[in-house]
Amino acid sequence: MDATRNSESATERNPVTVERTSERELVVTRTFDAPARLVFEAWTKPELFRKWWVPKSMGMTLRSLEMDARTGGSYRLDFGDGMDFFGTYLEVTPHSRIVWTNEEGGDNGSVTTVTFEEKGGKTLLVMSEVYPSKEALDAAGTGAADAMHETFGQLDDLLAQLHA
Amino acid sequence: MVQYTQPHLDSVFAALADSTRRGVLEQLGRSEASITDLANRFHMTLTGMKKHVGVLERTGLVTTEKVGRVRNCRIGTRRLEEAAAWIERYQQLWDARFSALDDVVEELQRKERIDGRNKK
Repeated sequence: MDATRNSESATERNPVTVERTSERELVVTRTFDAPARLVFEAWTKPELFRKWWVPKSMGMTLRSLEMDARTGGSYRLDFGDGMDFFGTYLEVTPHSRIVWTNEEGGDNGSVTTVTFEEKGGKTLLVMSEVYPSKEALDAAGTGAADAMHETFGQLDDLLAQLHA
Repeated sequence: MVQYTQPHLDSVFAALADSTRRGVLEQLGRSEASITDLANRFHMTLTGMKKHVGVLERTGLVTTEKVGRVRNCRIGTRRLEEAAAWIERYQQLWDARFSALDDVVEELQRKERIDGRNKK
């Protein structure tokens, strides 16, 4: 199934596109109004990465983050309660490409590839997640996204209470 | 690792992976049809079409009802909405992340400008 969605740009924020391009692949694209080397820096320096990877609306706290963003290096994000995400950087090419494994998924873990393409001072970011099988993608259920959705739900409830 | 299994979605995506079944859904989206109608339209045997409709019915994408000797099929929308919601949640996550990433990158640019000015 090809499901494409564009975020409604109520604000001037650049839109995010999510597309299931095949049975095993999800592709996310987004443009940033900055040169590729800065966007790349924010993906590879832990002190910058932790500022945006877990946005407040996700309702999760990053307990610890270790990342060695070099080809062959590893990373681990620990959210506590036994929830951690870890893997290996298969490729880190400055300012253009990062590829890593998601090993917490075991045999069903995906491989993520992020590319940065600079044009006229802006950067087009393309992130692809390839799963070993269609079933693995279907079952992944994007756990973090589900968690965030719940958070939005809780926020809705809270706002409704405040307005009452 | 936290495993979120979504058996409904598994079966929905499996059902949608087949082009005949997607065609059947499109067809039923336009109007109800009997299994015989569908078999004729897709140049299939009655048995083959029954199997496809069975797969769609188990996911909730299609509902059927027997009227006399004819089994009528119509679209059931619930699960399709669920599949769309899954992608939507994924998109919400990335929208939030990238908005925060905008801030980080903007901050880096500001620092660079200040550093550049100081060097002059």
